[in-house]
Amino acid sequence: MNQSNDIEALRARLDGTRGREYWRSLEAVAETPEFKEFLHREFPSNASEWLDPVGRRSFLKLMGASLSLAGVSACTRQPIEEIVPYVRQPEELVPGKPLFYATAMPFAGSALGLLVESHEGRPTKIEGNPDHPSSRGATDIYAQAAILGLYDPDRSQTTTNLGEIKPFSAFVEAARAVVSGQGSKQGGGLRILSETVASPTLAAQIEALLKRFPAAKWVQWEPVGRHNAREGSRLAFGEYVEPQYAIEKADVILSLDSDFMCAGPAGVRHSRAFASRRRAETGTARNRLYAVESTPTNTGTRADHRLPLKPSEIDGFARALAAQLGVEGVTAGTVSDAARKWLGPLAKDLQGARGRGVVIVGEGQPAAVHAIGHAINAALGNVGETVTYTQTPEAAPSDQRAGLRELVGEMNAGKVDFLLVLGGNPVYTAPSDLQFGAALHKVKLRAHVGLYEDETAALCQWHIPEAHFLEMWGDARSDDGTVTIVQPLIAPLYNGKSLVEVMAAFSEAGARAGYDLVREHWAAQTGLSTEAVAPAPAPQPAATAPGAPAAPAGVAAAPSQPLSPFDREWRRWLHDGLVPNTAFAPKPVTLQAGFAKAAAPAGQGLEVVFRPDPSVYDGRFANNGWLQELPKALTKLTWDNAALIAPATADRLGLFKGEADEAFASKAPVVELKKGDRTLRVPVWLVPGQAPDTLTLHLGYGRERAGRTGTGTGFNVNVLRTWDSQDVVNGVELVATGDTYQLASTQDHWSLEGRNLVRVATAAEFAADPGFADKRELVADRALTMYKSDWKYEGYAWGMAIDQNVCNGCNACVVACQAENNVPVVGKSQVLNGREMHWLRVDRYFTGELDNPDTYHQPMPCQQCEGAPCEVVCPVAATTHSDEGLNDMVYNRCVGTRYCSNNCPYKVRRFNFLLYQDFDTPSLKLMRNPDVTVRSRGVMEKCTYCVQRINQARVTAKLDDRQIRDGEVVTACQAACPTDAIVFGNINDPESRVAKLKKSPLNYALLAELNTRPRTTYMAVVRNPNVELEPPSASHAEGEEGH
Amino acid sequence: MSQIFDRSANFLSKASLGAVLLLVGGLIGLVMVIGRSSYVTRANEFIEQPIQFSHLHHVGDDGIDCRYCHTSVETSSFAGIPPTKTCMNCHSQLWNQAPILEPVRASFRDDRPLRWVRVHDLPDFVYFNHSIHVKKGMGCETCHGRVDQMPLMRQQNTLQMTWCLDCHRNPEKYVRPRSEVVTMGYKPPVPQSVIGAQLVKEYGIRGNTSCSTCHR
Amino acid sequence: MAAKEHVQDPAEAALLQRTPAVIAPGHTFESVTDSIAGVVLTKRTTLGWFFGFALAFSLLMLLNLTIGKLLMEGIGIWGNNVPVGWAFDIINFVWWIGIGHAGTLISAILLLFRQQWRTSINRFAEAMTLFAVACAAMFPLLHTGRPWLAVYWLFPYPNSMGLWPQFRSPLIWDVFAVSTYGTVSALFWFTGLVPDMATLRDKATSPVAKRIFGMVALGWRGSARHWQRYEMAYLLLAGISTPLVLSVHSVVSFDFAVSVLPGWHATIFPPYFVAGAIYSGFAMVMTLAIPLRKFYGLEDFITMRHIHNMTKVMLATGMIVAYGYANEAFFAWYSANPYEGYMMLNRMTGPYAFFYWSLIAINAAMIQLFWFRSVRDNIPLLFVLSLLVNVGMWLERFIIIVTSLHRDFLPSSWDMYAPTRWDFAMFAGTIGLFFSLFFLFVRFVPAIAIFEMRTIVPEAKLKEHHG
Repeated sequence: MNQSNDIEALRARLDGTRGREYWRSLEAVAETPEFKEFLHREFPSNASEWLDPVGRRSFLKLMGASLSLAGVSACTRQPIEEIVPYVRQPEELVPGKPLFYATAMPFAGSALGLLVESHEGRPTKIEGNPDHPSSRGATDIYAQAAILGLYDPDRSQTTTNLGEIKPFSAFVEAARAVVSGQGSKQGGGLRILSETVASPTLAAQIEALLKRFPAAKWVQWEPVGRHNAREGSRLAFGEYVEPQYAIEKADVILSLDSDFMCAGPAGVRHSRAFASRRRAETGTARNRLYAVESTPTNTGTRADHRLPLKPSEIDGFARALAAQLGVEGVTAGTVSDAARKWLGPLAKDLQGARGRGVVIVGEGQPAAVHAIGHAINAALGNVGETVTYTQTPEAAPSDQRAGLRELVGEMNAGKVDFLLVLGGNPVYTAPSDLQFGAALHKVKLRAHVGLYEDETAALCQWHIPEAHFLEMWGDARSDDGTVTIVQPLIAPLYNGKSLVEVMAAFSEAGARAGYDLVREHWAAQTGLSTEAVAPAPAPQPAATAPGAPAAPAGVAAAPSQPLSPFDREWRRWLHDGLVPNTAFAPKPVTLQAGFAKAAAPAGQGLEVVFRPDPSVYDGRFANNGWLQELPKALTKLTWDNAALIAPATADRLGLFKGEADEAFASKAPVVELKKGDRTLRVPVWLVPGQAPDTLTLHLGYGRERAGRTGTGTGFNVNVLRTWDSQDVVNGVELVATGDTYQLASTQDHWSLEGRNLVRVATAAEFAADPGFADKRELVADRALTMYKSDWKYEGYAWGMAIDQNVCNGCNACVVACQAENNVPVVGKSQVLNGREMHWLRVDRYFTGELDNPDTYHQPMPCQQCEGAPCEVVCPVAATTHSDEGLNDMVYNRCVGTRYCSNNCPYKVRRFNFLLYQDFDTPSLKLMRNPDVTVRSRGVMEKCTYCVQRINQARVTAKLDDRQIRDGEVVTACQAACPTDAIVFGNINDPESRVAKLKKSPLNYALLAELNTRPRTTYMAVVRNPNVELEPPSASHAEGEEGH
Repeated sequence: MSQIFDRSANFLSKASLGAVLLLVGGLIGLVMVIGRSSYVTRANEFIEQPIQFSHLHHVGDDGIDCRYCHTSVETSSFAGIPPTKTCMNCHSQLWNQAPILEPVRASFRDDRPLRWVRVHDLPDFVYFNHSIHVKKGMGCETCHGRVDQMPLMRQQNTLQMTWCLDCHRNPEKYVRPRSEVVTMGYKPPVPQSVIGAQLVKEYGIRGNTSCSTCHR
Repeated sequence: MAAKEHVQDPAEAALLQRTPAVIAPGHTFESVTDSIAGVVLTKRTTLGWFFGFALAFSLLMLLNLTIGKLLMEGIGIWGNNVPVGWAFDIINFVWWIGIGHAGTLISAILLLFRQQWRTSINRFAEAMTLFAVACAAMFPLLHTGRPWLAVYWLFPYPNSMGLWPQFRSPLIWDVFAVSTYGTVSALFWFTGLVPDMATLRDKATSPVAKRIFGMVALGWRGSARHWQRYEMAYLLLAGISTPLVLSVHSVVSFDFAVSVLPGWHATIFPPYFVAGAIYSGFAMVMTLAIPLRKFYGLEDFITMRHIHNMTKVMLATGMIVAYGYANEAFFAWYSANPYEGYMMLNRMTGPYAFFYWSLIAINAAMIQLFWFRSVRDNIPLLFVLSLLVNVGMWLERFIIIVTSLHRDFLPSSWDMYAPTRWDFAMFAGTIGLFFSLFFLFVRFVPAIAIFEMRTIVPEAKLKEHHG
């Protein structure tokens, strides 16, 4: 697709309109054919169906939809509907009541324990598994979005050979032919390329195959794996180990370019651990976080001290610090003055907290820095306290980068007869200089197993649709080693095969059901007998709540029968969602000499950092509309990636003319990045706090075969990513092209305008003035009100408290809300016009100086005001107040005057300007939450505190004659939150956690001066700075600004 | 000059004025009547089902308890439509050759579910929960009528919002003892005006009329 | 004879010296009747009329197209977004309603104040009101994108949901205010027409025309009893519609004043809106009157006297509006409320500053020209100025609505608004509707009240003097 031409055309238009600065928006050109064309190129059919859904829907149908929403009061008849009971209803399944099954999401060589809600056999919502150490009930955005991934209509649906549809059995035969063919040469031509494998069963299968064919090879490749960490541990200890951080025990934490709160599934665990020492309830036991990083991370935004350093400087900083702390074998490197100021106080602080501190090094840092990090922890006596070392969750740790290069070499040399790509998309993700795609052509027979017919599938003769993890039997290890049996929530929608099943095709035994394979593996592991008195039961995933094991909907329940010893265990594992006592035991490690020899290459010129995208990761989620439209924590960009750059650097390079505010609005200049003969055209985006002369590029965009939603979004930065510079590229040349590119950001304005919205104090200031948070400069005396007596809330009064101390902007709540409440995806052009539909947004504000600001995240659901401005202005009473203090929204009553949205000071109401919901795609119908109305066009919608969950709890409580217990109603955002920042409950109950929080001195209401009396209140931020680095006078609490 | 209009014009002009008023009023009235008519509400409408299932026979004659088939009525929002298996519990023995039951046997044989037509069909934006109504002493009969006298199931009431609100606003008019919930043709032993108020208190019934009670 | 008598009348003479007469000298009942009724009956339809009507009608078709697309796709075809939930839709609504005001003011209030000069302009001013209200009424319904709901949910009637509208919502007040206003103006207009329709009936030659005019004339015979009752009815209607002049736009202003938004939440809105309405209304009357008197040679009836008076009214009301602007700025500063303050600052220096200052330039600065007689005498200039005033008042609504919404309390939700081609199409379309109706009106209905004109020709005076 020749996008450049489109951009040319678009730019021509934009130049034409430049004179009219006052329409500072796209609409001036949005209607032009060039732009339409351009957009459609960017978001092919499916996306553009979302953008402009009415294109293919008829007038009458729309009228029909709206009228039926209008209700039967008009002369519209209910359509005839059918009701289809089971033939044999599974026991345990009560129609109308969801079941919850425990499983796990395998992800990048690790896993996250989950509980999945299933309505009559349709998984509709994912929660964390409270019993699982990796989750403790929380999730990350990827787990939340997995539901959409499961029902994605673009997933590959059939086994194909050279594009021809074939049965899986055909592949099995082909596989067996290959295997027998390899017999003679010990499998010398047999290669398996997988992602990092954390599934014991799969690993065992592959090992078995390698045993049969000693000459065969197995290569693992993660584009953003923990390569440096692994090599670092080998440098330091001579073996691959996984550091396990006990962050909750740490008083002083130093993050060296590490986003430990949001990187990978471990982030969930770490976020919670960090928050446990940071929340409003914590009191004075606050920890202190130092972050030294080249690009702002969610972790960095919660740091008490943040030092932006170029990637190349961090190695020097680490060495200097180590030297300062007297770590042997490390000589101080060169450090900038800003950094030098840090060393003393930081070292002192760390030493002061011997055994109660921890240094965490980021994946992007070279192995040596990781080793130094380990050394520092050892020197400070943190090992065994806040850090322990265990074996790695991945079954076969290896130097993946070397492995991949070697494989490509063999492929080019024609040594590879058969390459089996087990998941992953190496053609897209492999470093560009390896030319993986070209090398692939030199392989005689190539098979690809994956969720999508992606770039790699296109170059392989065989493609086998992979089963989504919600469709398959399998197992996975989480970071701490805990094993979870992955059980299916639904039979494969597109008859996909799990990797385990595919591998079985190559075993002697031949193709088998995943269920049997996994069971056998674990039976063997436990050595328990599977010999039941009766024949082994049919596959029976076990329901976790409510109550005992149950068959999945649609599958006939096996009559209860005596269980074998193994099955008794097995059922418990499935029910609990984990295999007990599989967490790794700490293993002793000894520091090797010379771990710090390899110094990082000195940086010169512009340094470019590669990071996985905060939303679509390495591109595997590119076709997930929820993630594409998810505003990235720090940039608030959607549907695109960009080169992140510090404002100062941008000024120096003469990008962005005009005042800062305009610069933050969405029209971004396009630059050309040159390194040798490699060039990349990409728009730049200002990020305060970015290290000077450092660009950050996010992987995962510019996909060519992602699917109808993901294809063509953003820019493929792999162009610049070569094998020897997968983390950082030095000396990149930047040329401003003068073009501009429209980036869809959901928050153009970044400053607080001196408004007292986020309230901050240092620990010292808080101690001195505990009431700082609730100062109400503008609040009128309630005695002045005309309405002397407020409504009394008997029974429940629902309220929410959001703790800004711990929120790191991970966005899990936003996706959770979208999944729970059937919130539609609107597409880029609608986001550009400020029409995104997220009920819950996370506002991001920068304060302090632009080069290294304080960053605050403010989750913004409906505030459920008691004096709600929206209610009085709705002419049809579509939004009214419930007797429990909820601000109800009745979609079917709404006529769409939008007055409520105008009159909402928090602007949390969202309007269906077009028909955003996709009423046609069958798989998406299965996905929706049956407990929430699916809104049609012309309807206002908003957060309801998950009233469907409240009602469910109320009914349950009434059915067994009791009150709703505290913590019984958990909103979707609260459930997902890894930091437990969102607390919901009954504020009429003084014992409830939320009521206690609202009594905290840190509690304050946003815009209290408007007398809206919101039910959602916020906990002011208390920072815990090191006085030596930040003398009290220099502190900046927001309250001081502007008033 | 000659008259343009004859005398009748005087009357016609006045009459037409009245006619216009009548027309407007009539139209509004018509809309309101149709809106409440059984054409729109489908109340008392006979609906073609795959099998001519008779509640009159099963409930009235055989006296089978509602909950034998509608198993989840006390536990779930959805009362539950019996799986074919439930039918076969009896009809594998009784009438197991009856041609009228062939669809049931077929369904059981080829594991293909029966496709009933919904009789009581609320709009998709209305969330009704059977369990709580049963728990609070709302009789099946109150909404579904004398099912035991219906050879073919039909919708007794309009199921319109006003009809729901009538009970939610004054439940004491309809509540009955829990023990009597499934009773057909229930007559309160003491006048409803007395027992109603008592039960409302005893069962702690708050006729909840917040919008979010039924609409989300 | 008549003329002589007339000149000797001292009052008239004095009046003549000071200001131009409301009707050029030398007119008799016949001349008045002929020249006005002639427009409808005898004069051939000019090419200009056809051309103008064609233009207006094509715009009307554009309106149909836009509405069709709107109903099919939803208001997403407009530029509205969150936070700017209202934009062109409500801007145009307020603008049209405002224009409507002059009509009622002229016909009702000036009648009660016995202002003779109203007589020649009230007829088409009222017509203008009707058409403007028709255009205005379209927006509140269409801007929901699903009017079939709005129509029957906004009117309180016992429905099967047991629900009533939210009577606390200003939008409901709008429904009543606007519908009442529409009805009363229509009645007033029609009542005024009855005697003239009779005149036309009697003068018409073709039997068809006779019958049609006859029906509309409701059997008017002009007997003393008719006249006596007629005067009473007309006076009553004037009495009823007088409060409307003030109430309607006050209610419309509540749409904003009742909200919590800085820039909307202001107590001065009702008077300031009413003044603005009359101001824009007279501007529109002027815009219509100047070409009308030119093309149909009605200079004798719509004299410089009228032009002067209308200009003076515009000057007065314009000054009130300007005072309103000053007040907004003052309050913003004096309240020391940061949100109010920022709102004002944003209007003056923000992305939409250009429109704010053009608005000030027109409504505060430019109208000062009306102080000068030379300007008031310069017809072409006045035509341009009155057009500009219409633009200015449209801009005022744009500023009030868009700049207040696009940056309110939380900086995180700030965003920009820009109209799409469909916004403009809708606006142009209503203008098309307005002028289509107006062209039909001047062609088929006497644009000036014949019988009332008769009352001010000297002959009438003569009769009075001689008992």
